[in-house]
Amino acid sequence: MYRYDPIDQRLVDERVSQYRDQIARNLAGELSDDELRPLRLQNGLYIQRHGPMLRIAIPYGMLAAEQLRKLAEISRRYDRGVGHFTTRQNMQLNWPRFEDTPAILGELAGVRMHAIQTSGNCIRNVTTDPFAGCAADERADPRPYCELLRQWSTFHPEFAFLPRKFKIAVNAAAADRAVIRAHDIGLDLLRQDGEIGFRVFVGGGLGRTPILGKVLREFLPRRHLLSYLDAVLRLYNRHGRRDNLYKARIKILVQALGIEEFTRQVEEEWAALRDGPTTVPEAEFARLAQHFAPPAWETLPVEDPSHLARIRADKAFASWCRRSVHAHKTPGYAAVTLSLKAPGVAPGDITDTQMLAVADLADRFSFGELRVTHEQNVVLADVKQGDLHDVWRIAREHRLATANIGLLTDMICCPGGDLCALANARSVPVALAVQEKFDDLDYLHDLGDLSLNISGCMNSCGHHHVANIGILGVDKNDEEWYQITLGGQQGNATAIGKVIGPAFYAQEVPEVIAALIEVYVARRTDSERFIDTFQRLGIDPFKARAYEGRDRRRAAKPIARESDPEKSKEKEKEVVNA
Amino acid sequence: MPRIIKHDKIVDDHWRILVLADGETPETVALPAEPTLLPLAVWLARRDAILASETPIGVWLDSHQGPEALAGDVERLAVIGINFPKFTDGRGYSSARLLRERFAYRGEIRAIGDVLQDQLFYMRRCGFDAYALRADKDIERALTALTTFSDSYQAAADQPHPLFQRRVAREAA
Repeated sequence: MYRYDPIDQRLVDERVSQYRDQIARNLAGELSDDELRPLRLQNGLYIQRHGPMLRIAIPYGMLAAEQLRKLAEISRRYDRGVGHFTTRQNMQLNWPRFEDTPAILGELAGVRMHAIQTSGNCIRNVTTDPFAGCAADERADPRPYCELLRQWSTFHPEFAFLPRKFKIAVNAAAADRAVIRAHDIGLDLLRQDGEIGFRVFVGGGLGRTPILGKVLREFLPRRHLLSYLDAVLRLYNRHGRRDNLYKARIKILVQALGIEEFTRQVEEEWAALRDGPTTVPEAEFARLAQHFAPPAWETLPVEDPSHLARIRADKAFASWCRRSVHAHKTPGYAAVTLSLKAPGVAPGDITDTQMLAVADLADRFSFGELRVTHEQNVVLADVKQGDLHDVWRIAREHRLATANIGLLTDMICCPGGDLCALANARSVPVALAVQEKFDDLDYLHDLGDLSLNISGCMNSCGHHHVANIGILGVDKNDEEWYQITLGGQQGNATAIGKVIGPAFYAQEVPEVIAALIEVYVARRTDSERFIDTFQRLGIDPFKARAYEGRDRRRAAKPIARESDPEKSKEKEKEVVNA
Repeated sequence: MPRIIKHDKIVDDHWRILVLADGETPETVALPAEPTLLPLAVWLARRDAILASETPIGVWLDSHQGPEALAGDVERLAVIGINFPKFTDGRGYSSARLLRERFAYRGEIRAIGDVLQDQLFYMRRCGFDAYALRADKDIERALTALTTFSDSYQAAADQPHPLFQRRVAREAA
């Protein structure tokens, strides 16, 4: 992975000093809370429902074992021993103390980490495929380009106060695993006549106005990547709406101008910038690529007989392999997804002990590196087939081997109303209730590939729009309700789900999910996934079944907002310790 | 006399800023005899009269006003002010870069309005060289913010070469 040179390190160290001074001025009354807000956000610090939340950057999801150990130590010393992985491949700490945050950033800098631009109206952490460098369908390794973008976006002087946040994702494989069309800019790496470049999508995003990105340029040679993005960002910075928070994303500007006019204006701005100093020389691509050189893979047979024997001998291991082990481009190797979706655990949560266990697994079996996925799991990218059984055994001891990757209970879920100040409703209790309803792994395997995502509010951090079954928490007269969408998906056929109808009470959600699943089970053909059956049948049979026997006027009690602070503290404990 | 940061020093400043009051129009407002940053609308309405006077000329742009309106006249302007109605309004950074990098403006670019210490580093990178700090803030302390970072990744108005170019040059050396 990328290794800092002294300049990279100095900039991170200087950022810590700057932040420490800002917090000190705030505590001394010289910098008001309003003046501090955008500054602390650009260092990942939110002030949440119960206190601060710190979002730590994990650039394009890559972590070294020693960095994860540091995260474990920080979560234990400064928090409650739990971290939460997010859909931007970052980690959130939910219980740090405000005054401790400069010290935490100082400790992070010691392992080449930071919280730079993990929030605020600036360019955020770039995300990519967690199987970068090992996927067989890859056109090139996306990580050198992600690192190029990391450096370009870090402290970009012109784009630190954009109208709104700005998210970029990079895909470099035949199958998109980075949901690039749900980003402000999506970059799809292509090779054309031997040259590497990008198809550029613009104006995608989830949130309250979900839109898929549109093609801005069919092919942008890689040397122009930064000057072209400068042109896009400049257009957005100057002309994006600043009068209405909800209409400030670039997608609204693209819509307002129309993609043709938007493209024309980008090209006009770019004409003045292209071939300028920001043109990236070949030597820089070569330098960055060296940082992501393949690890020292051994020469191994395609199939390890001992591995095949263990699969035959052990049904539980076999079922884990079916879901968690992925093909690797190198013979004899596999990529492994460790599930952070064990029953009873908030999706994406990882304890300090688990972090240490994962770091050890990475050191022992995967060249000391790991990746965080946007689906809130962890990937060991380079495991020998012969080691898979050991990995499974150890992962299982730490509840990291639930064989549910890609299945209904592998949910993406935001922290929701238990922790997040923005949320309209709780999401984690709903996720746990769905997990409880679907606790039979054999049944889940029979249902097969199915995505179910949960967001606690319209900001859609839980990516519910692009799930086969999406659940969105909404607030009606101070009560928590849940709206269900169907038919969303990620990947090359990324689609936004459709709302099936009026929202449900929290306690109805698991039953409604079960009802939707029943329609699928009854009507599927042998080869169909849930999404295929849905697309063939359309929304009506699902909708009819979901509302069957449900009188919307019935006085079943929705979950009211917690008002008793002691009571809600108990609830928090439940979730955090789960 | 008010003080500003200019060319990395704290200096006394004699420029005033003209803001049209209710009822005043660009066409009729009295042109001050002393050095004054004029609203863009006044400059556009009274360009010939302003050019005829002896005093150095300054114009200020609000955050929504692009510098294109001044592109042909940059050599006539001693100071261009860029207003930050709120420090979170980032349009002025693009305006400054365009003035320096596209319109080759070499005079003073002054940040006015909600100008705070923690934005000075980025402002300088974008081509500002004078900062009228908000009056209630400590200008001595703010001066230190110009050197918050010892290097930068990107090319900008203050640094024609992005770090990757300089790294490559260093490795080749």
